Amino acid sequence: MNGRGELKDERERRARFGRRALAGFAIMLALVMVVAGRFVYLQVYEHAEYSTRAKANRVRLTHLAPPRGLIYDREGKLLADNVPAFRLDVVPDQVKHMDAMLERLSAVVPLTDDDIRRFKQSLKQHRSFEAVPLKFHLTESERDRFAIDQWQFPGVSISPYLTRNYPYGPAFAHVIGYVGRIDDKELQHLDPDKYAGSTHIGKTGIEKEYEDLLHGTPGYEVVEVNANQRPLRVLQQVAAKPGRNLYLTIDERLQQATIDAFAGQTGAAVAIDPRNGNVLAMVTVPSFDPNLFVNGISRADYSALLDDEEKPLLNRAMRGGYPPGSTVKPFLGLGGLELGLRTATDTVLSTGTWYIPGSSRGYRDDTRYGAGNVNLVQAITQSVNTYFYSLAYKMGIGKFDQWMAKFGFGRPTGIDLPDETGGVLPSPEWKRKTFRQPWYPGETVIAGIGQGYWMVTPLQMAHALATLAGGGLSHTPHLLAATSDGLGKPEIPSRQPAPVQITHDPADLAVVRQGMLGVVYNPAGTAYAAGIGKGFPYLIAGKTGTAERYSRTTEAYNTNKNLAYLAARHRAWFICYAPADHPQIAIAVALEHGAWGGSAAAPIARKMLDQWLADTPPSERPPIPVTAVASPPATSSPTTP
Amino acid sequence: MNEFAASLAARAFRLGRRVFSRPRIDLPLAVGLLILALMGLTVLYSASNLDTGTLAGQATRFVIGAVLMIAISRIPPNLLRAWTPWFYAIGVLLLVVVKVLGEGQGANRWLDIGLIRFQPSELMKLAMPMMIAWYLHPRPLPPRWRDLFITLVLIAIPAFLIFKQPDLGTALLVAASGLFVLFLAGLQWWKIGAATVAAAAAGPIALHFMHGYQRQRIVTFLHPESDPLGSGWHILQSMIAVGSGGILGKGFNQGTQSKLEFLPEHTTDFIFAVLGEEFGLVGVLALLAVYAFIVGRCLWIAANARDTWSRLVAGAFALAFMVYVIVNGGMISGLLPVVGVPLPLVSYGGTSAITLLAGFGVVMSIHAHRKWTP
Repeated sequence: MNGRGELKDERERRARFGRRALAGFAIMLALVMVVAGRFVYLQVYEHAEYSTRAKANRVRLTHLAPPRGLIYDREGKLLADNVPAFRLDVVPDQVKHMDAMLERLSAVVPLTDDDIRRFKQSLKQHRSFEAVPLKFHLTESERDRFAIDQWQFPGVSISPYLTRNYPYGPAFAHVIGYVGRIDDKELQHLDPDKYAGSTHIGKTGIEKEYEDLLHGTPGYEVVEVNANQRPLRVLQQVAAKPGRNLYLTIDERLQQATIDAFAGQTGAAVAIDPRNGNVLAMVTVPSFDPNLFVNGISRADYSALLDDEEKPLLNRAMRGGYPPGSTVKPFLGLGGLELGLRTATDTVLSTGTWYIPGSSRGYRDDTRYGAGNVNLVQAITQSVNTYFYSLAYKMGIGKFDQWMAKFGFGRPTGIDLPDETGGVLPSPEWKRKTFRQPWYPGETVIAGIGQGYWMVTPLQMAHALATLAGGGLSHTPHLLAATSDGLGKPEIPSRQPAPVQITHDPADLAVVRQGMLGVVYNPAGTAYAAGIGKGFPYLIAGKTGTAERYSRTTEAYNTNKNLAYLAARHRAWFICYAPADHPQIAIAVALEHGAWGGSAAAPIARKMLDQWLADTPPSERPPIPVTAVASPPATSSPTTP
Repeated sequence: MNEFAASLAARAFRLGRRVFSRPRIDLPLAVGLLILALMGLTVLYSASNLDTGTLAGQATRFVIGAVLMIAISRIPPNLLRAWTPWFYAIGVLLLVVVKVLGEGQGANRWLDIGLIRFQPSELMKLAMPMMIAWYLHPRPLPPRWRDLFITLVLIAIPAFLIFKQPDLGTALLVAASGLFVLFLAGLQWWKIGAATVAAAAAGPIALHFMHGYQRQRIVTFLHPESDPLGSGWHILQSMIAVGSGGILGKGFNQGTQSKLEFLPEHTTDFIFAVLGEEFGLVGVLALLAVYAFIVGRCLWIAANARDTWSRLVAGAFALAFMVYVIVNGGMISGLLPVVGVPLPLVSYGGTSAITLLAGFGVVMSIHAHRKWTP
C-alpha cells in the first residue's frame, strides 16, 4: 500500500471509529438513563412503600406478659404467688429439622408426648420467628444439662418466666383452684390482644372466677432487630400492668385447723360469717396439690388422682351432694312457726312410728318407743322424726318447697366460684322432670327429715344456717373481700347482691335457737354426748344429721348394731353457729363415712370454733384489709363482736 | 554522601516534574477518577460499619493502582501494543492455573501468589480489548469473515474459562469488552443484529448448561417475590434499601438495611444499594454522572488517538467500564438478575480496582502519546 492510500484508509478508519464511539456512547447513556429511571421509580414513586418495608424489617413488637395478681387470705397471708422459673423456648425458623431436633433434645431434657403435642399445637399459633414454649418449669438438673449441650440446639433457649405457686398446696386447692396452660378451646374465646404473650390462664376456683381481675394488661416492647432477628435495642417500651391482687374472706388458720380436725376422714366443711356472707373456711378432704397442674400434670400423677377412691379432685364443699338428714329440722320447724302451722308450745306425740292418716305405712323414730309428747324445742333437741313427719305432711310439699327454697336449697348459692352445683330440693315438679313419675305423699313425709331425694352441698347447708343464725337475713356467700393494685388503697368489689330478709318474727328464730342449744347442752340433745359445749366460752347452737339411703319399709331400718355397716352408708352432718346470742360463725360439716352426726362430725365443728372464737378472741384478730364487703344493712366488720 | 543525596533529590524532582509539570496524565480524567474514588471510599466506610481497616485497605489499593496508572501512562502505546499477546497469553494461562489449583468459595476465582491474592478474570477485563484490538489493527476493517471468526475464538477462550470457574457475570462482561472492539472496529450493523437475535435464541440452551445456582439466579430474577426469604431475598432487600432512601437518603451511616445486615454483600456487590439508601437519588445520580463523565472523557481520548489499536483499546475499555456500572446498577435495583459484578472503583476488592486503574493508565498513555506517530 502506498502512503496516500494508507492515509486515506486511516482517515476513513478514524471517521468510522468516531461514528461508532458516538453510537456506543449514546447507547450507554440510554442504558444509564434506564437505570437512573429505575432509581427514580424506586426512590421517588415507591419510596413510601419501601420505607414502610424497611421499618417493618427492623422493628419487631414483643409482647410482655403481665404478672398475675396475687391472692391473699383475710390476714394478708399469700395463698397464690408468682415465683421465677425457667422454661425451654424454641424459635421455629432457626430449627432446620424440627422432629429430629426434638428427638435429640429429649435425650438431654426429657420431653413427654404431651409436651411435644402441645408444642406442635402452639407452633401453629405463632409466627415462625417467635419463640414458642416447649417445656415449662425446668428442674435444676435439666437446666444444667441443657446449658452444656445448648450449642447443639440452635434456636432453642432457656428463658425465665414467672410461674404460679400455691404455698399451701392442697389446703386451698378447691378454693383458689389453679392456673394451667391455655388450651385450644380457651384460645378461641380469648381476646388475642390481652393474652398475647400469656401462656397460662385460671382453670378452676378463684383463679378462674376472677381471671379478668388477676390477668392484668400486657405491655409491649418495640425492638430493633437485625436480619437474623437478633434484638439489638429497645426503641419503645410500654410496661405490662400487673393483675389485681385479691384479698379473700377466707382465713388460712381456720382453714388449716379444719383440715387438721378432719384427720384424714373424707368430707367437707364450710364456715360462713352470718353477718355478711363472708366465707371463712371452705374445706374438702381429701384434696390435691394444685401446683401439679400449673405446668402440666404428668399422666401418672393425673391418673393417680383419678383412680383414688376418695376422689380428691371432687370439690365436695360445693359440688358434693349429701342428703341433709335431720339438719333440715330447724329450718322446717321455723317454717311451721312462720307459716302459722304450729306454735312453739304445740306438741306432737311420738310413739316410735308415725302413720299418714288413713294409711298403714309406718315412718320410724330413732328411738324404738318414741319420745312421748314433744314441742318444737324438744323435737329439735332430740331430733324427733315424728314431729317433723307430721309438720311436713301438714305443710304439704308445695309450701315446703317454697319455704326451703328461701334458704337457698335446691339451687346454687351464687358464691363467687365457678361450677357450683345446686343440689336437689325434692318437689313434684323436679320428680316429674327427672323420673317422669308422680309425687307420693310419703315422699313429703320423709322430705321432712331430710331424706328421700334431698341433696345438699356443705356450702348450701352453711349458707342456710348462716341465714338462720343471722336473723333470717340471707347474704350471698362470697370469697372476695377486696382487690388492690398493690400500690393504692384496696377496692371493695361491688358485685355483692343485697341481703334478703326471709323471716318475719325474731321470736320464731329464738325458739329454734333454743332447740339447737339443747342439741349441745341438754343431756337429751343428740350432740350432748360429744361434749362439744364443754369448756367453750360462748354458747353453741347446733344440729346433728345422719343421712342414709333410707328405705321406707320399716323392716329395712337398722339400728346402730353394725357401726361399720352404717359408716359405709351414712353421711354424718353437724351444723352449728356461735356465739348463739350474737352469731359470728356458722359451720356445716359433712362426713362421708361418719356413723352418727353427733359423735363424728361435731368434734370437727368444735375445733373450728376453737380456732375462730376461742384460741384467738375475735377482738384480737387483725382486721380484714377492707372495712366492709356486703352492701347494707349488714356492714359490720368481723372484728366487732 | 551529600552528593548521592543531592542526586537522589534531583532525580525525585525530575520525576515529579515529568509526572506533573508536563501533563502526561489527563487532568480531567484524573479528577473524575479522584472524585469517584473519594465517593467510593465514603460509601465503603459507612458500608463497613466505619471499619478503618477496610477503608485503609481500599485506600492502599487505590494508591497502588494510581502509581500503576501513572507508570503505565509513561509507556508509549506501541510498546503496550507489542506486549499485548504476552499479556493475553499470561492471562489465559492464569485462568487455566486458577481452574486447576485455584482456591475460592465454591467457585475457583482466586489465585494466591504469596503476598497478594487476585482474580485472573479481572486481568482479562483489560487484556481482552487489548488483544482483540491487537489482532484487528493491521487488518482491513470492518473485519472480514475469517478475521471475525478468529476474533470470536480469541474472545471465547477466556470467556469459557471464566464461565467454568464458574462466574457467568464476569464471563459475559469479559466477552463484552472483546465484542465492543468489534463494534468500534465497524462490524456491520446487520451482523450485530443477527448475532443479537442468535444470542437471544441461544439463551434457553445456555440455561441448560448453567450451574444450579446460576440458573436459580435467573429464575429468582424473573420471580423475586416468589421466594422472599431464599434467593429473592437479596434483590428484595436491595430494592427496599434503595427505595427507602428516597430523594435525599437517610444520611451517612444511617442506613438501617445495611447496618442491620438485611442487605447482603454490602461492601462489595451491593454497595450501590448502600449509596442509594444513605445518599438517596441525589447520590445515585451524582455517581452515575461521574461515571458518564469518565466514560465520555475516555471515548474523547479514543477518538483523538493516532492509531487504530489505541482507538479500539481506549474505546472498548470505556464502554466495558460503563457496562459494569449499568449491570451493577440494574442488579441492585432489580432490573437484572443477581450476577456477581462489583461496582467499579466503589466496591471493596483489590484486583478489580487495580486492574481498572491500570486500564486507565493505558488510556492515559494513549492520550499522552497522541501526537506520537508510529
